[in-house]
Amino acid sequence: MNLILDFPAILERWPLFLDGAWLTLQLALIATLLGGVIGVVGAMGRRSSNAVLSRICTIYVEGIRNTPLLVQIFLVYFGLASLGLKFSAFTVAAAALTINVGAYTTEIIRAGFDAVPRGQIEAAEGLALSRAQIYWNVILWPGIEKVYPALTSQFVLLMLASSVTSQISAEELTAVANYVQSDTYRAFETYILVAIVYVILSLIMRAGFWALGLVIFPRRRRLGTPL
Amino acid sequence: MGGSLNANHLLFLGHGALWTIGLSLIAFAGGGIAAFIIALCRISPNRAVRIVTAGYVQLIQGTPLLVIMFLSYFGLSAIGFSISPLAAAGASLTVYVSAYLGEIWRGCIQAVPKPQWEAAEGLALTKAERMTKVILPQAIRIATPPTVGFMVQIIKNTSLASVVGFVELARAGQIINNSLFEPFLTYSVIAVIYFALCYPISRLSRRLERRSGLPRIKPVTA
Amino acid sequence: MDTNGAVVSARDVHKSFGPLKVLDGIDFEVQRGEVMVIIGRSGSGKSTALRCLDRFETIDEGEIIVCGHHVSDPNIDLRALRQDVGIVFQSYNLFPHLTVEENIILAPCSVKRASKTAAKEQAKRVLAQVGLEEKLHYYPEQLSGGQQQRAAIARSLAMQPKVMLFDEVTSALDPELTGEVLKVIEALAADGMTMVMVTHEMGFAKGIADQVLFMHRGKVHESGPATILTSPTTPELAQFVGKEL
Repeated sequence: MNLILDFPAILERWPLFLDGAWLTLQLALIATLLGGVIGVVGAMGRRSSNAVLSRICTIYVEGIRNTPLLVQIFLVYFGLASLGLKFSAFTVAAAALTINVGAYTTEIIRAGFDAVPRGQIEAAEGLALSRAQIYWNVILWPGIEKVYPALTSQFVLLMLASSVTSQISAEELTAVANYVQSDTYRAFETYILVAIVYVILSLIMRAGFWALGLVIFPRRRRLGTPL
Repeated sequence: MGGSLNANHLLFLGHGALWTIGLSLIAFAGGGIAAFIIALCRISPNRAVRIVTAGYVQLIQGTPLLVIMFLSYFGLSAIGFSISPLAAAGASLTVYVSAYLGEIWRGCIQAVPKPQWEAAEGLALTKAERMTKVILPQAIRIATPPTVGFMVQIIKNTSLASVVGFVELARAGQIINNSLFEPFLTYSVIAVIYFALCYPISRLSRRLERRSGLPRIKPVTA
Repeated sequence: MDTNGAVVSARDVHKSFGPLKVLDGIDFEVQRGEVMVIIGRSGSGKSTALRCLDRFETIDEGEIIVCGHHVSDPNIDLRALRQDVGIVFQSYNLFPHLTVEENIILAPCSVKRASKTAAKEQAKRVLAQVGLEEKLHYYPEQLSGGQQQRAAIARSLAMQPKVMLFDEVTSALDPELTGEVLKVIEALAADGMTMVMVTHEMGFAKGIADQVLFMHRGKVHESGPATILTSPTTPELAQFVGKEL
């Protein structure tokens, strides 16, 4: 047994970890942004009166939510390859994460849209607003504000889940850890360090979402109460 | 080498699927016990206990399960505690489940209406009796749908045990693929099996949620 | 217009919810500047009748014309109708994520394409009309129920409607807050606004109504000037006002 821990040996590789953390953050941000857009479109689709459209969105959501991310990543990776399409591991990772988080976001945002009271929509209709204007002004923003905490948690979970893309050799934080530990034979210290970096990243993301919430929801900034 | 997906492959996948279920049950049992303790500690009257458990939850919820998995298998073995892939996967999932399920259950206990707590106090019951006879029975009703829903998370996350070489469904798929070289087909089959395991539980969770009598929000269309 | 100058006219209107007949041949006309009050027990169809005028309910039979819009026509331009008709609901329905000012300028800016400055000027005017000029930048939840309902009226007024519909606008308010809302409506009536309102406030109805419609079992059971409230001819209305007064 050698219970002598040597963190300095790991810490001196900090530029590698920094690169990995930055890539993890990039993956998370790209998937958050694109997944958020998918979520809004998907939620509208699921609520649509068009049965086919709503069905397609439901199949997407259920398919993703009931299979592991690891398998989804392999499917995207090998699926693209079997179509003869070659992309970098980063692109494939970002695509798989986007597809994954889009489904969860769809469900969360749909719940937000559904929580907008009928009376709000009637009031907007009574003011002669068009359907698009009603969706934008009365359903979209209040709906998202209602589920903003759930969205925040989902996107933090996504950032943590991006570690799985190390399995297709995306050079994010976990992949860096795998490389460093195989190089130094100091797996314990390496993964402890990386765990701490992930905790810091998740705190950064939570702080970022909190600040973003203040910018995009002026009511919350002024009153500080949940909608 | 090569060839097509045959009955032997499917048998091997079936075997893997059984281990996915087995590992899920281990994680649910181990994680559940730990989660219950976490939930009680999170609402403990002792401030230090509350802070320490909150810190634990924050830490685990801020770390990817994959990293926990690597840490308990490669990390522990590097400092001289070699454990089997099954033990590493089981321990990692237990830790993971304890943090997430513990928070879910804490929420459920605290969702028991305040008058119930006060009424229990008025009945001159001991603290333990109040918990076991008044609060917990109600909390369990509230907790059932989200707990069933979380089982889906557990099943999906057992796939990460493949990275430490434990042969559950995902790892079984990788092994088959190494001889078949039909990754898209193989992983499609794997995905379908996972879906078949998870979807019924998702449905059950939603049905329980509807039946629990909690106010459901009526959908509106613009 | 084929409605001899009436701003609102309803002819032989029928409507059922499933097997339940809520409107069983309703007729009425409201002239420009007139105030019509619809009264009746809950379930008598009075709210449904009002909501049909702005096409929040569709009718099965009959004809409704509001400000020249054929409301019963399935191809009606709904948004054109609703630019001419303002409606205020029992539950205010202010948009909770917007300030009072933003609530008011939303429709003028997005529907009428008014400039933000012009819309804000107008917001000040309509708020002054309902006595809330100092609440411009408040959020709905910071206002009392009565203030919220006045803000909702201001929001409707900003679209410069030709007719205002009030659907039990004081029913959700504490008794001490109804007065401030009713006063605003009285002032609108005095200004010559054409209005149709459903209300339980009999004393108020008596003072403001040019025309009263008493609905009973989906029919207009008795109608006439406000004096029918003090000297009803049918036993049902007599019983109704006796109980409510």
